[in-house]
Amino acid sequence: MSRIAGSIADVWLQDVRRQYLPIIATVVACLVDLLPIVVTTPLIPDFGFMVLIAWRLLRPEMWVATTALPLGLFNDLVAGPPLGQSMALWTIVFLAFDVMDARLVWRDYWIDWFAAALAILLYTFGCWYIGWLMGSRINIAVVLPQLGLSILAYPLVARLVLALDRWRLAR
Amino acid sequence: MPPPSARRTGFSRKAQYGLFIGYVVAVGGILFAGLLLVVAVVDPKGFSALRGLALDATAPVSAGGRSVVRFFAGTGEAVGDYFFAASKNAELRRQLEAARPRLIEAQALEVENRRLKALLGLSRTIDNEVTTAHIVGSSFDAVRRIAVLSAGSGDGVRPGQPVRGPEGLIGRVLETGRGASRVLLLTDGASNVPVQLVRDGTPAIATGRGDGTIDVKPLEVGANRFRPGDIFVTSGTGGIFPPNIPVAVVVRATPDDTIARPIADPARVDFAIVLPVYEPAVGELERRAEAVP
Repeated sequence: MSRIAGSIADVWLQDVRRQYLPIIATVVACLVDLLPIVVTTPLIPDFGFMVLIAWRLLRPEMWVATTALPLGLFNDLVAGPPLGQSMALWTIVFLAFDVMDARLVWRDYWIDWFAAALAILLYTFGCWYIGWLMGSRINIAVVLPQLGLSILAYPLVARLVLALDRWRLAR
Repeated sequence: MPPPSARRTGFSRKAQYGLFIGYVVAVGGILFAGLLLVVAVVDPKGFSALRGLALDATAPVSAGGRSVVRFFAGTGEAVGDYFFAASKNAELRRQLEAARPRLIEAQALEVENRRLKALLGLSRTIDNEVTTAHIVGSSFDAVRRIAVLSAGSGDGVRPGQPVRGPEGLIGRVLETGRGASRVLLLTDGASNVPVQLVRDGTPAIATGRGDGTIDVKPLEVGANRFRPGDIFVTSGTGGIFPPNIPVAVVVRATPDDTIARPIADPARVDFAIVLPVYEPAVGELERRAEAVP
Protein backbone atom coordinates (compact mmCIF):
# COMPACT_ATOMS: atom_id res chain seq x y z
CA MET A 1 0.00 0.00 0.00
CA SER A 2 1.20 3.47 -0.80
CA ARG A 3 2.23 5.66 2.11
CA ILE A 4 0.28 8.56 0.71
CA ALA A 5 -3.49 8.22 0.61
CA GLY A 6 -4.80 8.43 -2.93
CA SER A 7 -8.18 9.90 -2.20
CA ILE A 8 -10.55 11.10 0.50
CA ALA A 9 -12.12 7.63 0.51
CA ASP A 10 -8.73 6.08 1.31
CA VAL A 11 -8.24 8.45 4.22
CA TRP A 12 -11.70 7.61 5.49
CA LEU A 13 -11.07 3.88 5.16
CA GLN A 14 -7.77 4.09 7.06
CA ASP A 15 -9.47 6.15 9.73
CA VAL A 16 -12.26 3.63 10.17
CA ARG A 17 -9.76 0.80 10.28
CA ARG A 18 -7.67 2.54 12.92
CA GLN A 19 -10.65 3.38 15.12
CA TYR A 20 -13.00 0.46 14.81
CA LEU A 21 -10.89 -2.60 14.01
CA PRO A 22 -10.52 -3.64 17.70
CA ILE A 23 -14.28 -3.44 18.22
CA ILE A 24 -14.99 -5.30 14.98
CA ALA A 25 -12.43 -7.99 15.84
CA THR A 26 -14.05 -8.55 19.23
CA VAL A 27 -17.54 -8.68 17.74
CA VAL A 28 -16.40 -11.21 15.15
CA ALA A 29 -14.79 -13.28 17.91
CA CYS A 30 -18.12 -13.26 19.77
CA LEU A 31 -19.79 -14.48 16.57
CA VAL A 32 -17.60 -17.60 16.63
CA ASP A 33 -20.34 -18.93 18.90
CA LEU A 34 -22.59 -19.12 15.85
CA LEU A 35 -20.42 -21.80 14.27
CA PRO A 36 -22.73 -24.70 13.52
CA ILE A 37 -21.01 -27.11 15.88
CA VAL A 38 -22.88 -28.81 18.68
CA VAL A 39 -20.58 -29.24 21.65
CA THR A 40 -21.56 -31.50 24.52
CA THR A 41 -18.26 -31.32 26.44
CA PRO A 42 -16.93 -27.90 27.42
CA LEU A 43 -13.51 -27.54 25.75
CA ILE A 44 -13.63 -24.59 23.35
CA PRO A 45 -12.38 -21.30 24.84
CA ASP A 46 -14.62 -18.24 24.85
CA PHE A 47 -13.01 -16.40 21.95
CA GLY A 48 -14.95 -13.16 22.47
CA PHE A 49 -13.51 -12.76 25.95
CA MET A 50 -10.02 -13.85 24.93
CA VAL A 51 -9.81 -11.33 22.07
CA LEU A 52 -11.24 -8.64 24.35
CA ILE A 53 -8.60 -9.06 27.06
CA ALA A 54 -5.85 -9.44 24.45
CA TRP A 55 -6.74 -6.00 23.02
CA ARG A 56 -7.04 -4.53 26.49
CA LEU A 57 -3.63 -5.81 27.58
CA LEU A 58 -1.98 -4.81 24.29
CA ARG A 59 -3.41 -1.27 24.17
CA PRO A 60 -4.30 -0.17 27.72
CA GLU A 61 -5.02 3.41 26.61
CA MET A 62 -7.45 2.53 23.87
CA TRP A 63 -10.51 1.45 25.81
CA VAL A 64 -12.05 2.81 28.98
CA ALA A 65 -13.68 0.30 31.33
CA THR A 66 -17.14 1.23 30.05
CA THR A 67 -16.37 -0.18 26.60
CA ALA A 68 -16.84 -3.66 28.01
CA LEU A 69 -20.52 -2.97 28.75
CA PRO A 70 -21.92 -2.82 25.19
CA LEU A 71 -19.56 -5.55 24.01
CA GLY A 72 -20.70 -7.75 26.89
CA LEU A 73 -24.33 -7.05 26.04
CA PHE A 74 -23.66 -8.11 22.46
CA ASN A 75 -22.01 -11.34 23.63
CA ASP A 76 -24.94 -12.05 25.96
CA LEU A 77 -27.41 -11.66 23.12
CA VAL A 78 -25.47 -13.71 20.60
CA ALA A 79 -24.00 -16.49 22.70
CA GLY A 80 -26.97 -17.17 24.94
CA PRO A 81 -25.82 -16.80 28.56
CA PRO A 82 -28.28 -14.99 30.86
CA LEU A 83 -28.49 -11.29 29.98
CA GLY A 84 -26.01 -9.31 32.06
CA GLN A 85 -23.48 -12.09 32.65
CA SER A 86 -20.79 -10.95 30.20
CA MET A 87 -21.70 -7.30 30.81
CA ALA A 88 -20.92 -7.58 34.51
CA LEU A 89 -17.95 -9.96 34.35
CA TRP A 90 -16.19 -8.24 31.44
CA THR A 91 -16.49 -4.80 33.06
CA ILE A 92 -15.23 -6.15 36.39
CA VAL A 93 -12.22 -7.63 34.58
CA PHE A 94 -11.56 -4.26 32.88
CA LEU A 95 -11.68 -2.45 36.23
CA ALA A 96 -9.29 -5.02 37.68
CA PHE A 97 -6.92 -4.40 34.74
CA ASP A 98 -7.13 -0.65 35.42
CA VAL A 99 -6.13 -1.24 39.02
CA MET A 100 -3.29 -3.46 37.86
CA ASP A 101 -2.06 -0.85 35.39
CA ALA A 102 -2.12 1.81 38.12
CA ARG A 103 0.01 -0.36 40.43
CA LEU A 104 2.47 -1.97 38.02
CA VAL A 105 5.26 0.16 36.62
CA TRP A 106 5.84 -2.07 33.61
CA ARG A 107 4.47 -5.23 32.14
CA ASP A 108 6.07 -7.86 29.96
CA TYR A 109 4.89 -10.93 28.09
CA TRP A 110 4.82 -13.19 31.15
CA ILE A 111 2.97 -10.71 33.33
CA ASP A 112 0.44 -10.22 30.52
CA TRP A 113 -0.10 -13.95 30.31
CA PHE A 114 -0.39 -14.21 34.09
CA ALA A 115 -2.92 -11.36 34.17
CA ALA A 116 -4.88 -12.95 31.32
CA ALA A 117 -4.85 -16.29 33.15
CA LEU A 118 -6.24 -14.63 36.29
CA ALA A 119 -8.90 -12.88 34.20
CA ILE A 120 -9.91 -16.15 32.50
CA LEU A 121 -10.04 -17.84 35.92
CA LEU A 122 -12.27 -15.08 37.30
CA TYR A 123 -14.51 -15.15 34.23
CA THR A 124 -14.91 -18.94 34.14
CA PHE A 125 -15.74 -19.24 37.82
CA GLY A 126 -18.03 -16.24 37.53
CA CYS A 127 -19.93 -18.03 34.76
CA TRP A 128 -20.01 -21.19 36.85
CA TYR A 129 -21.38 -19.33 39.87
CA ILE A 130 -24.08 -17.57 37.83
CA GLY A 131 -25.00 -20.96 36.36
CA TRP A 132 -25.18 -22.31 39.90
CA LEU A 133 -27.53 -19.50 40.91
CA MET A 134 -29.70 -20.31 37.90
CA GLY A 135 -30.11 -23.91 39.00
CA SER A 136 -27.33 -25.63 37.06
CA ARG A 137 -25.78 -27.78 39.76
CA ILE A 138 -22.63 -29.03 38.08
CA ASN A 139 -19.33 -30.06 39.56
CA ILE A 140 -16.70 -27.33 39.31
CA ALA A 141 -14.19 -29.86 37.96
CA VAL A 142 -16.20 -29.96 34.71
CA VAL A 143 -15.00 -26.47 33.71
CA LEU A 144 -11.32 -27.16 34.44
CA PRO A 145 -10.37 -28.60 30.99
CA GLN A 146 -11.79 -25.55 29.26
CA LEU A 147 -10.05 -23.28 31.77
CA GLY A 148 -6.67 -24.90 31.10
CA LEU A 149 -7.18 -24.83 27.36
CA SER A 150 -8.19 -21.16 27.44
CA ILE A 151 -5.07 -20.20 29.41
CA LEU A 152 -2.87 -22.13 26.99
CA ALA A 153 -4.65 -20.59 24.00
CA TYR A 154 -4.15 -17.02 25.22
CA PRO A 155 -0.68 -16.51 23.66
CA LEU A 156 -2.08 -17.60 20.28
CA VAL A 157 -4.97 -15.16 20.53
CA ALA A 158 -2.57 -12.43 21.66
CA ARG A 159 -0.39 -13.12 18.59
CA LEU A 160 -3.42 -12.83 16.34
CA VAL A 161 -4.48 -9.57 17.97
CA LEU A 162 -0.92 -8.25 17.66
CA ALA A 163 -0.93 -9.01 13.92
CA LEU A 164 -4.29 -7.25 13.58
CA ASP A 165 -2.91 -4.29 15.49
CA ARG A 166 0.10 -4.02 13.17
CA TRP A 167 -2.23 -4.04 10.20
CA ARG A 168 -4.50 -1.51 11.89
CA LEU A 169 -1.68 0.97 12.41
CA ALA A 170 0.12 0.28 9.13
CA ARG A 171 0.47 3.26 6.84
CA MET B 1 10.58 7.66 26.64
CA PRO B 2 7.00 6.34 26.62
CA PRO B 3 4.23 8.92 26.49
CA PRO B 4 2.56 9.67 29.85
CA SER B 5 -0.39 7.43 30.58
CA ALA B 6 -3.85 8.84 30.00
CA ARG B 7 -4.84 7.19 33.26
CA ARG B 8 -2.46 9.60 35.07
CA THR B 9 -4.36 12.84 34.77
CA GLY B 10 -1.88 15.20 36.41
CA PHE B 11 -3.39 18.48 37.57
CA SER B 12 -6.07 18.86 34.88
CA ARG B 13 -9.40 19.04 36.68
CA LYS B 14 -11.25 18.26 33.47
CA ALA B 15 -9.25 15.09 32.89
CA GLN B 16 -9.67 14.05 36.54
CA TYR B 17 -13.44 14.46 36.42
CA GLY B 18 -13.62 12.69 33.06
CA LEU B 19 -11.77 9.68 34.44
CA PHE B 20 -13.85 9.67 37.61
CA ILE B 21 -17.14 9.80 35.71
CA GLY B 22 -15.88 6.97 33.49
CA TYR B 23 -15.42 4.77 36.54
CA VAL B 24 -18.79 5.80 37.99
CA VAL B 25 -20.43 4.76 34.72
CA ALA B 26 -18.53 1.46 34.70
CA VAL B 27 -19.55 0.58 38.27
CA GLY B 28 -23.11 1.69 37.51
CA GLY B 29 -23.03 -0.58 34.46
CA ILE B 30 -21.90 -3.52 36.59
CA LEU B 31 -24.73 -2.88 39.04
CA PHE B 32 -27.20 -2.63 36.15
CA ALA B 33 -25.90 -5.89 34.69
CA GLY B 34 -26.23 -7.46 38.15
CA LEU B 35 -29.85 -6.31 38.19
CA LEU B 36 -30.41 -7.93 34.79
CA LEU B 37 -28.91 -11.13 36.20
CA VAL B 38 -31.24 -11.02 39.18
CA VAL B 39 -34.16 -10.66 36.77
CA ALA B 40 -32.78 -13.63 34.79
CA VAL B 41 -32.56 -15.76 37.94
CA VAL B 42 -35.96 -14.79 39.31
CA ASP B 43 -37.85 -14.73 36.02
CA PRO B 44 -36.02 -16.64 33.25
CA LYS B 45 -38.64 -15.56 30.70
CA GLY B 46 -37.90 -11.85 31.21
CA PHE B 47 -36.42 -10.04 28.18
CA SER B 48 -37.57 -12.96 26.05
CA ALA B 49 -38.58 -10.55 23.28
CA LEU B 50 -35.07 -9.05 23.07
CA ARG B 51 -33.34 -12.42 23.34
CA GLY B 52 -35.73 -13.96 20.83
CA LEU B 53 -34.94 -11.18 18.36
CA ALA B 54 -31.20 -11.79 18.71
CA LEU B 55 -31.79 -15.52 18.33
CA ASP B 56 -33.79 -14.99 15.14
CA ALA B 57 -31.06 -12.75 13.74
CA THR B 58 -28.26 -15.22 14.38
CA ALA B 59 -29.82 -18.68 13.94
CA PRO B 60 -29.97 -18.58 10.10
CA VAL B 61 -26.17 -18.13 10.06
CA SER B 62 -25.73 -21.32 12.06
CA ALA B 63 -28.39 -23.12 10.03
CA GLY B 64 -26.70 -22.25 6.73
CA GLY B 65 -23.32 -23.28 8.09
CA ARG B 66 -24.69 -26.51 9.45
CA SER B 67 -25.56 -27.80 5.99
CA VAL B 68 -22.08 -26.83 4.80
CA VAL B 69 -20.56 -28.75 7.71
CA ARG B 70 -22.69 -31.78 6.87
CA PHE B 71 -21.66 -31.57 3.21
CA PHE B 72 -17.96 -31.38 4.00
CA ALA B 73 -18.14 -34.09 6.64
CA GLY B 74 -19.70 -36.31 3.95
CA THR B 75 -17.11 -35.59 1.23
CA GLY B 76 -14.24 -35.94 3.70
CA GLU B 77 -15.39 -39.43 4.58
CA ALA B 78 -15.83 -40.36 0.92
CA VAL B 79 -12.28 -39.26 0.01
CA GLY B 80 -10.88 -41.11 3.02
CA ASP B 81 -12.76 -44.26 2.02
CA TYR B 82 -11.21 -44.15 -1.45
CA PHE B 83 -7.64 -43.93 -0.20
CA PHE B 84 -7.88 -46.48 2.58
CA ALA B 85 -9.97 -49.03 0.71
CA ALA B 86 -7.53 -51.97 0.99
CA SER B 87 -6.68 -51.67 4.67
CA LYS B 88 -10.31 -50.98 5.43
CA ASN B 89 -11.35 -54.10 3.55
CA ALA B 90 -9.07 -56.30 5.64
CA GLU B 91 -10.22 -54.64 8.81
CA LEU B 92 -13.87 -55.04 7.90
CA ARG B 93 -13.33 -58.76 7.19
CA ARG B 94 -11.76 -59.17 10.60
CA GLN B 95 -14.65 -57.28 12.21
CA LEU B 96 -17.13 -59.48 10.37
CA GLU B 97 -15.51 -62.62 11.80
CA ALA B 98 -15.67 -61.17 15.27
CA ALA B 99 -19.23 -59.96 14.80
CA ARG B 100 -20.73 -63.29 13.72
CA PRO B 101 -21.10 -64.77 17.22
CA ARG B 102 -22.39 -61.44 18.47
CA LEU B 103 -25.04 -61.52 15.75
CA ILE B 104 -26.47 -64.73 17.08
CA GLU B 105 -26.50 -63.28 20.57
CA ALA B 106 -28.20 -60.20 19.23
CA GLN B 107 -30.91 -62.24 17.56
CA ALA B 108 -31.66 -63.91 20.87
CA LEU B 109 -31.69 -60.54 22.56
CA GLU B 110 -34.04 -59.14 19.94
CA VAL B 111 -36.59 -61.80 20.69
CA GLU B 112 -36.34 -61.01 24.37
CA ASN B 113 -36.48 -57.31 23.60
CA ARG B 114 -39.66 -57.67 21.60
CA ARG B 115 -41.26 -59.59 24.43
CA LEU B 116 -40.24 -56.97 27.01
CA LYS B 117 -41.41 -54.11 24.83
CA ALA B 118 -44.77 -55.71 24.36
CA LEU B 119 -44.90 -56.10 28.12
CA LEU B 120 -44.21 -52.42 28.66
CA GLY B 121 -46.56 -51.26 25.95
CA LEU B 122 -43.73 -49.19 24.47
CA SER B 123 -45.03 -47.58 21.34
CA ARG B 124 -42.80 -46.29 18.55
CA THR B 125 -45.36 -44.11 16.91
CA ILE B 126 -45.43 -40.44 17.77
CA ASP B 127 -49.06 -39.44 17.57
CA ASN B 128 -48.90 -35.72 18.22
CA GLU B 129 -45.97 -33.45 17.49
CA VAL B 130 -45.70 -29.68 17.41
CA THR B 131 -43.10 -29.48 14.67
CA THR B 132 -39.93 -31.04 13.27
CA ALA B 133 -36.71 -29.03 12.99
CA HIS B 134 -32.93 -29.20 12.84
CA ILE B 135 -30.47 -28.71 15.67
CA VAL B 136 -28.26 -26.00 14.15
CA GLY B 137 -25.77 -25.09 16.84
CA SER B 138 -25.03 -24.83 20.52
CA SER B 139 -23.49 -22.60 23.14
CA PHE B 140 -19.70 -22.91 23.53
CA ASP B 141 -20.16 -21.97 27.15
CA ALA B 142 -18.17 -23.79 29.82
CA VAL B 143 -21.12 -24.26 32.09
CA ARG B 144 -24.42 -24.49 30.26
CA ARG B 145 -25.34 -27.07 27.61
CA ILE B 146 -27.82 -25.33 25.35
CA ALA B 147 -28.53 -26.06 21.67
CA VAL B 148 -30.23 -23.92 19.03
CA LEU B 149 -33.22 -25.37 17.20
CA SER B 150 -34.35 -24.07 13.80
CA ALA B 151 -38.01 -23.66 14.77
CA GLY B 152 -39.59 -20.99 16.95
CA SER B 153 -42.85 -19.60 18.18
CA GLY B 154 -43.92 -19.12 14.54
CA ASP B 155 -44.02 -22.91 14.26
CA GLY B 156 -45.92 -23.31 17.52
CA VAL B 157 -42.89 -23.97 19.74
CA ARG B 158 -43.37 -22.76 23.32
CA PRO B 159 -40.93 -22.70 26.26
CA GLY B 160 -41.14 -25.89 28.30
CA GLN B 161 -42.01 -28.27 25.48
CA PRO B 162 -39.95 -31.48 25.33
CA VAL B 163 -37.71 -32.11 22.30
CA ARG B 164 -36.77 -35.58 21.09
CA GLY B 165 -34.76 -37.07 18.26
CA PRO B 166 -35.39 -40.34 16.45
CA GLU B 167 -33.31 -42.22 19.04
CA GLY B 168 -34.44 -40.55 22.21
CA LEU B 169 -34.99 -37.46 24.32
CA ILE B 170 -32.84 -34.39 23.59
CA GLY B 171 -34.09 -31.83 26.08
CA ARG B 172 -36.60 -29.11 26.71
CA VAL B 173 -37.30 -25.77 25.01
CA LEU B 174 -35.84 -22.91 27.07
CA GLU B 175 -36.71 -19.78 25.11
CA THR B 176 -38.08 -19.04 21.67
CA GLY B 177 -37.74 -16.49 18.90
CA ARG B 178 -40.03 -16.33 15.88
CA GLY B 179 -38.00 -18.79 13.83
CA ALA B 180 -35.52 -20.33 16.25
CA SER B 181 -35.39 -21.48 19.86
CA ARG B 182 -32.90 -22.57 22.49
CA VAL B 183 -33.08 -26.09 23.89
CA LEU B 184 -31.82 -27.05 27.35
CA LEU B 185 -30.01 -30.34 26.68
CA LEU B 186 -30.29 -33.36 28.98
CA THR B 187 -26.63 -32.93 29.90
CA ASP B 188 -27.13 -29.40 31.29
CA GLY B 189 -26.85 -29.13 35.04
CA ALA B 190 -30.30 -27.55 35.30
CA SER B 191 -32.04 -30.39 33.45
CA ASN B 192 -33.96 -32.85 35.61
CA VAL B 193 -35.93 -35.63 33.95
CA PRO B 194 -38.00 -38.22 35.83
CA VAL B 195 -37.02 -41.60 34.38
CA GLN B 196 -37.55 -45.28 35.04
CA LEU B 197 -35.40 -48.32 34.48
CA VAL B 198 -36.64 -50.30 31.48
CA ARG B 199 -35.73 -53.59 33.17
CA ASP B 200 -38.02 -53.32 36.20
CA GLY B 201 -39.51 -49.82 36.27
CA THR B 202 -37.38 -48.48 39.15
CA PRO B 203 -38.04 -44.73 39.25
CA ALA B 204 -35.09 -42.33 39.18
CA ILE B 205 -34.16 -38.74 38.36
CA ALA B 206 -31.72 -38.01 35.51
CA THR B 207 -29.72 -34.82 36.10
CA GLY B 208 -27.12 -33.43 33.69
CA ARG B 209 -23.51 -33.17 34.82
CA GLY B 210 -22.45 -30.51 32.32
CA ASP B 211 -19.73 -32.60 30.66
CA GLY B 212 -21.83 -34.67 28.28
CA THR B 213 -22.94 -37.26 30.82
CA ILE B 214 -25.97 -37.68 33.04
CA ASP B 215 -26.19 -38.54 36.71
CA VAL B 216 -29.01 -40.97 37.51
CA LYS B 217 -30.24 -40.95 41.09
CA PRO B 218 -32.71 -43.58 42.27
CA LEU B 219 -35.67 -42.28 44.22
CA GLU B 220 -35.49 -45.19 46.67
CA VAL B 221 -32.68 -45.42 49.19
CA GLY B 222 -30.63 -48.59 49.35
CA ALA B 223 -27.84 -50.28 47.45
CA ASN B 224 -27.25 -49.12 43.88
CA ARG B 225 -29.07 -51.62 41.71
CA PHE B 226 -28.18 -50.08 38.35
CA ARG B 227 -25.68 -51.90 36.12
CA PRO B 228 -23.69 -50.70 33.11
CA GLY B 229 -25.84 -51.10 30.00
CA ASP B 230 -29.10 -50.41 31.80
CA ILE B 231 -31.45 -48.25 29.76
CA PHE B 232 -33.68 -45.53 31.17
CA VAL B 233 -36.84 -44.14 29.60
CA THR B 234 -38.96 -41.19 30.69
CA SER B 235 -41.55 -42.16 33.26
CA GLY B 236 -44.02 -39.36 32.58
CA THR B 237 -44.20 -38.58 36.29
CA GLY B 238 -44.99 -34.94 36.93
CA GLY B 239 -45.98 -34.23 33.33
CA ILE B 240 -43.93 -32.27 30.74
CA PHE B 241 -42.06 -35.31 29.37
CA PRO B 242 -44.28 -37.99 27.82
CA PRO B 243 -43.56 -41.51 29.10
CA ASN B 244 -41.42 -44.15 27.36
CA ILE B 245 -38.97 -41.95 25.45
CA PRO B 246 -35.46 -43.44 25.69
CA VAL B 247 -33.23 -41.14 27.74
CA ALA B 248 -29.90 -42.64 28.77
CA VAL B 249 -27.79 -45.76 29.00
CA VAL B 250 -25.63 -46.41 32.07
CA VAL B 251 -21.89 -46.43 31.38
CA ARG B 252 -20.55 -46.62 34.93
CA ALA B 253 -22.19 -47.64 38.17
CA THR B 254 -20.50 -47.37 41.56
CA PRO B 255 -22.20 -47.88 44.95
CA ASP B 256 -22.49 -44.08 45.28
CA ASP B 257 -23.48 -42.82 41.87
CA THR B 258 -24.54 -43.90 38.41
CA ILE B 259 -23.16 -42.17 35.33
CA ALA B 260 -25.15 -42.50 32.12
CA ARG B 261 -24.76 -41.31 28.54
CA PRO B 262 -27.67 -39.77 26.63
CA ILE B 263 -28.98 -42.10 23.93
CA ALA B 264 -29.69 -39.32 21.44
CA ASP B 265 -26.48 -37.39 20.69
CA PRO B 266 -27.55 -33.82 19.76
CA ALA B 267 -24.30 -33.38 17.79
CA ARG B 268 -25.24 -36.14 15.38
CA VAL B 269 -29.02 -36.13 15.39
CA ASP B 270 -30.34 -34.97 12.02
CA PHE B 271 -33.72 -33.70 13.04
CA ALA B 272 -35.51 -33.06 16.28
CA ILE B 273 -39.20 -33.37 17.04
CA VAL B 274 -40.86 -30.87 19.36
CA LEU B 275 -43.62 -32.51 21.39
CA PRO B 276 -46.46 -30.82 23.24
CA VAL B 277 -46.16 -30.61 27.00
CA TYR B 278 -47.41 -33.90 28.41
CA GLU B 279 -50.31 -33.53 30.81
CA PRO B 280 -51.39 -36.93 32.11
CA ALA B 281 -55.08 -37.44 32.72
CA VAL B 282 -55.99 -38.15 36.33
CA GLY B 283 -55.41 -41.78 37.17
CA GLU B 284 -53.48 -42.61 34.00
CA LEU B 285 -50.13 -42.81 35.75
CA GLU B 286 -51.51 -45.05 38.47
CA ARG B 287 -52.86 -47.41 35.85
CA ARG B 288 -49.49 -47.38 34.12
CA ALA B 289 -47.71 -48.10 37.37
CA GLU B 290 -49.96 -51.08 37.97
CA ALA B 291 -49.40 -52.37 34.44
CA VAL B 292 -45.63 -52.53 34.99
CA PRO B 293 -44.83 -55.72 36.91
